Amino acid sequence: MRALAGFLSDLLPGDTQADRVVPPSGFTATLTLFTAAAMAFLAVFALALSLATGRLADRWGNELARTATVRISAPEGQMAAQTAAALRVLETTSGVARARALDDAEQAALLEPWFGPGLPLDQLPIPRLIEVTETGQGFDAQGLRLRLAAEVPGAVLDDHTRWRKPLVRAASRLRLLGWLSLALIGAATAAMITLAAQAALAANAQVITVLRLVGAQDGYIARAFVRRFTARGLGGAAVGTALGCLAILALPSARIEGGFLTGLGFQGWHWLWPLLIPPLAGLVAYCATRAAARRRLEEMP
Amino acid sequence: MIELEGVGYSYGGGELLGDVSLALAPGSFHFLTGPSGSGKTTLLKLCYGALVPTAGQVRLFGQDRREMSRDDIAMVRRRIGVVHQDCQFLDHLDVAENIALPLAVSGRDLLAETANLRELIGWVGLRDRAAAHPPELSGGERQRAALARAVIMSPDAVLADEPTGNIDWEMSERLMRLLIELNRMGKTILIATHDLALIRAAKAHVQARVLRIAGRRLHFAGADL
Repeated sequence: MRALAGFLSDLLPGDTQADRVVPPSGFTATLTLFTAAAMAFLAVFALALSLATGRLADRWGNELARTATVRISAPEGQMAAQTAAALRVLETTSGVARARALDDAEQAALLEPWFGPGLPLDQLPIPRLIEVTETGQGFDAQGLRLRLAAEVPGAVLDDHTRWRKPLVRAASRLRLLGWLSLALIGAATAAMITLAAQAALAANAQVITVLRLVGAQDGYIARAFVRRFTARGLGGAAVGTALGCLAILALPSARIEGGFLTGLGFQGWHWLWPLLIPPLAGLVAYCATRAAARRRLEEMP
Repeated sequence: MIELEGVGYSYGGGELLGDVSLALAPGSFHFLTGPSGSGKTTLLKLCYGALVPTAGQVRLFGQDRREMSRDDIAMVRRRIGVVHQDCQFLDHLDVAENIALPLAVSGRDLLAETANLRELIGWVGLRDRAAAHPPELSGGERQRAALARAVIMSPDAVLADEPTGNIDWEMSERLMRLLIELNRMGKTILIATHDLALIRAAKAHVQARVLRIAGRRLHFAGADL
């Protein structure tokens, strides 16, 4: 909190003379700006990755957990009877909100992406699918399996957990990696700014000596460097963030086909998240430069 | 105002100064002399707080040097003007800005001091060079700019380390006249120099005491020059 207060008061305009005591440095300034921009650009993608995988994990965790499928494989003559029997069983099972057999057209639509249109569905032994929607409490999958096995020999209950769990786990892990990447980007930015600030402090040793001699306090000297590097961190990150957001906007939008991946991007108010990157970069630059300047000044007479 | 009591200073293993006691009273004028390498600069640095004594006690305006923080030292520097032999400036600022630097770093209103600054620049004879940058100045001009910078805060004391080391006799005399004038205005002056001719010339105009460092000790040379 104190760092934040100092951050704001040090950045307030006014003491332009304090900025002038450090000579301008063209080349390293550009490098600092560039690195801050590049880091912010990467941060936008890491952020998008974290948020997108977060959405994915939530969706797989919640929506898919509310549904199950019963698959009926039976000889052609018994298909209708077994389907009706399975529906009866499902309707009398507590925890099942709704059970509905998919018709031929719906099954064809499900298969179309895999086999192409014009599939002679009626000539193939396609199992019948029954879509089951659970109530909030859910049903006892084991009990339902036993009842189905007794009354409908061709029915197989798939409650999706088998493939859903590893997917949710993978998505959560990916989200964790995204946040870890963000932390690493922040740390790398701090390290880079520290190096640049140290180089600037070393190059300006004479300036610091003169300032000390004429009675400048450490805070004044540090501020001259800190303001400069904070401005560079902030400015570079703003440019990088803007470019990163434009790149995200330019991604091809993922519709039904890619809905599975939910698209790498920001949705709704998540667009506000990238706005945090420049101020955070500025804060990181402020803290890194201040620490470097204090350390350096302590070593000087 | 600047008091040294039994002060010693050692670099690494060897003792450079020992048992130095000295009190600079307000309005006094001292020369500090001795062979090069005898510790004149070290003694001066002890006097403006750049060095901490390894023995004894240094008090600056009543404060013990050992108990002073870095910011305390900075505050003391605003009351002690220092002129070095190889005076350093901020080379990217012009002469006027360099002279005004102590005002800027202590947060004074530069606009309110404009008249003072102009007068001071005229006093050291740099009116035509005010817009030049330090690397363009001659040795004498640099010394006078450093003197102006040292006194712009109206300090209580001015310490000068070989201020005439790099400049010709005429310029040295001019610089001495400025320092003597400052002394008449009540400033405490301490000048380290090995130039005895300069000391003799000054003594005609001012009541100056001469200190000599010899054999790691400080001696009062008195009037024997």
